[in-house]
Amino acid sequence: MKRFLIPLGLFLLLVIFLAIGLTRDPHEVPSPLVGKPTPEFKLMQLETGKTFAPADLRGKVWILNVWSSWCVSCRQEHPLLVAFSRKGRLPIVGLNYKEVRGDGELDVKNISPENEEKLVRQRANMWLAQHGNPYSVVALDMDGRVGIDYGVYGVPESYVIDKAGVIRYKQIGPFTPEVLEKKVLPLIEQLEKQS
Amino acid sequence: MRVFIYLIFSLWLGAAAAGEATPMAQDPQTETRMLAISEELRCLVCQNESLAASHAELAEDLRKEVRSLIKQGKTDPEIMDFLVARYGDFVRYRPAMKPTTWLLWFGPFLLLGGAVIGLVVYLRRRATAVASGEISAGDKARVQALLDEPEQKA
Repeated sequence: MKRFLIPLGLFLLLVIFLAIGLTRDPHEVPSPLVGKPTPEFKLMQLETGKTFAPADLRGKVWILNVWSSWCVSCRQEHPLLVAFSRKGRLPIVGLNYKEVRGDGELDVKNISPENEEKLVRQRANMWLAQHGNPYSVVALDMDGRVGIDYGVYGVPESYVIDKAGVIRYKQIGPFTPEVLEKKVLPLIEQLEKQS
Repeated sequence: MRVFIYLIFSLWLGAAAAGEATPMAQDPQTETRMLAISEELRCLVCQNESLAASHAELAEDLRKEVRSLIKQGKTDPEIMDFLVARYGDFVRYRPAMKPTTWLLWFGPFLLLGGAVIGLVVYLRRRATAVASGEISAGDKARVQALLDEPEQKA
């Protein structure tokens, strides 16, 4: 009887490891950017002709939310962001990611750069008018170049950034009420206390 | 009529092929280096494909990025670091050698070594057990009992 105990023990160990593996989402790749300063960028704003840079919000805790009108999961997350922004706790900056180029139905080769920008603004504004606008600023990342610097590989993704401009948390995929309540809010409270 | 259609098709195919081949012809050296690097990288959208093979849009953007980094004169390890800094170690198909990955790299050899030691110990023990050839008193009695049993006829 004893001789079976060792293989049985090994088997149970394997089962435990596999069970742990099942609870993890392989699409959630931990970002190396957490704990690092925000990559710098300067992008056109949706609202005005001015540019936005992360340095503009130095001294504030804020959220950078990567979104697009063609992104289906963004629709799921959006009401949460709108409700959250109504509380006026902190600025939420939208990074509009490849609004035209990311849309599989449009071929950017047939669109001139000026027309692309016009189309981006038109589509983004329409979407925000329809679904509500939680953003204090929207920056336009038309070619996705800034997205690469932030390690974006799917939309939506969000970053919580502290007063010193360091990324403290990355949300891959849409926010859920639980994540927002249990992870993000406590983190924000803690970060806001820091000087 | 049919000949005409064939002709149009062959022209169209030729044009399409020429259109796809241009970036390769523009700078074959950059292209081969880009391909070699992106073979080593995982596409994060469809994780079982390399960056070189993937048709995902992000993969295309990243290939473009790698191309421009090559043109800026970056070395291959520098380009690798550029991508790892943004997307993490997971983008590399060949994990980097560092303390956190030692178990990953050497774990299989540890297991193999352990198994070999176990096997040797087991074989040695068995060899001495067989060589001593001692039979316990109980076994002797059982043998005798079997031998004494009258043969049964079927």
